Amino acid sequence: MTNRTSRTLLISTAIAAMVAGAGTAGAQETTLVIESWRNDDLAIWRNEIIPAFEAQHPDIAVEFQPAAPTEYNAALNAKLDAGSAGDLITCRPFDQSLQLYDDGYLADLTDLPGMGNFSDVARTAWSTDDGSETFCVPMAAVLHGFIYNAEAFEEVGVEPPATEEEFFAVLDAFQEEGTYIPLVMGTIDQWEAATMGYQNIGPAYWGGEEGRTALIAGEQALTDEGWVEPLRVLARWSDYLGDGYQAQSYPDSQNLFTLGRGAIYPAGSWEISVFENQAIFEMGAFPPPTAPGSDTCHISDHPDIALGLNADSPNQEAGRTFLEWVASPEFAEIYANQLPGFFPLIDAEVEIDNPLAQEFASWRADCESTIRSTYQILSRGTPNLENETWAHTANVMNGVETPEEAAEALQQGLAEWYGPQQD
Amino acid sequence: MTDETDLKPPPRPWRWHIAVFLAPAVLVYTAVMIIPLFETLRLSFFNRADGQTFFVGIANYARLFGDPRWAASFWNALWNNAYFFLIHMVVQNPLGIALAALLSVSRLPGRAFYRSAIFLPTILSFVIVGFIWKLILSPLWGVTPSLLDLIGLRWLFAPYLGLETYALTTVALVSVWQWVGIPMMLIYAALLTIPEDLIEAAEIDGITGFSQFWRIKLPLILPTIGIVSILTFVGNFNAFDLVYSMQGAMGGPNGATDILGTFLYRTFFGFQLQGGDPHMGATIATVMFGIILVVISIYLFIIQRRMRRYEF
Repeated sequence: MTNRTSRTLLISTAIAAMVAGAGTAGAQETTLVIESWRNDDLAIWRNEIIPAFEAQHPDIAVEFQPAAPTEYNAALNAKLDAGSAGDLITCRPFDQSLQLYDDGYLADLTDLPGMGNFSDVARTAWSTDDGSETFCVPMAAVLHGFIYNAEAFEEVGVEPPATEEEFFAVLDAFQEEGTYIPLVMGTIDQWEAATMGYQNIGPAYWGGEEGRTALIAGEQALTDEGWVEPLRVLARWSDYLGDGYQAQSYPDSQNLFTLGRGAIYPAGSWEISVFENQAIFEMGAFPPPTAPGSDTCHISDHPDIALGLNADSPNQEAGRTFLEWVASPEFAEIYANQLPGFFPLIDAEVEIDNPLAQEFASWRADCESTIRSTYQILSRGTPNLENETWAHTANVMNGVETPEEAAEALQQGLAEWYGPQQD
Repeated sequence: MTDETDLKPPPRPWRWHIAVFLAPAVLVYTAVMIIPLFETLRLSFFNRADGQTFFVGIANYARLFGDPRWAASFWNALWNNAYFFLIHMVVQNPLGIALAALLSVSRLPGRAFYRSAIFLPTILSFVIVGFIWKLILSPLWGVTPSLLDLIGLRWLFAPYLGLETYALTTVALVSVWQWVGIPMMLIYAALLTIPEDLIEAAEIDGITGFSQFWRIKLPLILPTIGIVSILTFVGNFNAFDLVYSMQGAMGGPNGATDILGTFLYRTFFGFQLQGGDPHMGATIATVMFGIILVVISIYLFIIQRRMRRYEF
């Protein structure tokens, strides 16, 4: 309690000082520091995003100070503990940020006027479990699908597939032709198999949101058909992967595809900008194939990145001003076009110039969207469902475990700590 | 009688300079080694729930050994560690001894070059070693498949790092490649200290070549081999970097290369969606410390005390 009081005191003193400063010295400059894991985006923030904001708010200076993605969580936690973290905190989706909010590190942003620009679904990843409080402004989502080598498709004479059957027919065509590796993916990094494999094609089998929420409610189990079938399909994928795929890493896969040696790449939309810089051939994209007996396509439209406010920051007012701008369509448009593949979560119409990114975004209109099944609630305990999914999907693709065994192991691990799955 | 009391040296003045010279080392060592060690031990007796930290006694240890899932991960990591150490003892140290013996042959041209070349990898960073070997062994870009093809052994090639059966052995052998210079140097130095007259005496008795190595030199360098083994043990049970840079924090494929270091890292700092748990992490760290302490104590009290240095 005393902690909170002293914090409030500190903040109010800071605000008072700021107001006083503004009163006497006129445009006193405030500097906001942004913590982020996107060190790839440094140039874009410095040259495009921040100048656009500063042009409207000359009294607020913004600094973007990213860390390496793998070190971000540990570094941020240490800084928050020590009280030396920046004013604005880039939020990971779901539990990582929820934990920060529960520990009092992130300010409540529910009453930020700009929040009205986002749907409840867009806010889920950064809201409390009951959805009543939101603590980060959603910035972007990433989509899953397949990127293909359009020139190879033309050469072999195949069309982008829409159904599971057509998908395997295309792979067979490439297998027979022999010039290209039909499917480019490796299993050594494990997350590729889970994220671009299981979470990519899975929603078509477990019925997207319906299956995902049923799993959280305990009405479905990971051993149900809808959850095992995608593992069976992934096991079939192994026949079409390159030689030695068990030791092929994620950068290996990216290079293999951009060098034009592969036909189809199970992708995350964040790869669009990377591939466009490297590949010298024309690329196209198609959504995950529909499951047999269904003609609805499902895509994983996963909230990935948001921006929150450090509750201890002395610059609360300026921070909220910046976040209000982040919640505007103007920011969404700059961000979506500077970083093709990161799609805005805002309810407004946003023009995207990049054709490949446009293709990905167009599926939102035709397909049903869902998020990665393991991210909300289900990865809170030990064993953690996300990491378990990595390991078991890779096992299935390496052929050391059958899809049924993998599903059984995943279900057992989940039931160990998750109440609704225990009976 | 009075003479004797006169002979007694006068009481020494307190030698304050010893304390002064020791102080920096004692302070720094205490601050960065001893305090963190006890802090780790203390952390392992606590746990955190609902934002509160409270004392739980040995409950974390009970969980590590009693909970089937924690225990499975722990024993898997410990077994992998033991295997990692075994490979070093079976491959690295005999290789080091053999190389040292070859280098100490007096008429070996290019000795300085070999010595430096073999020692060189030990000064490289783990990250570089891991990265280079990942490239060499890559089924896509690596030189291994084509080199094996050249000598007609292409069928021997497999994606070693991606298969559970081979991954740990491969990583261990990469580590051997990197570290073999250390035992080589230590044993080489020990071989050089063997007095020339002892070798001459052996030669007069007709003991030369291999039998000279086995019967004269090897017994004389046994204490050094003991030191090398214990250094290898400590290094291997603290290992983390090479596995992390080659196989990631999960010790893939399917936990086949998960050693205590990666297990500790994952638990302490968290990984992906799994949050860090400093208390369980500290528990694992303490157990690792305990294992190393026990083995070193056994070595010091049972083996080292029985060894006799040869006096010349």
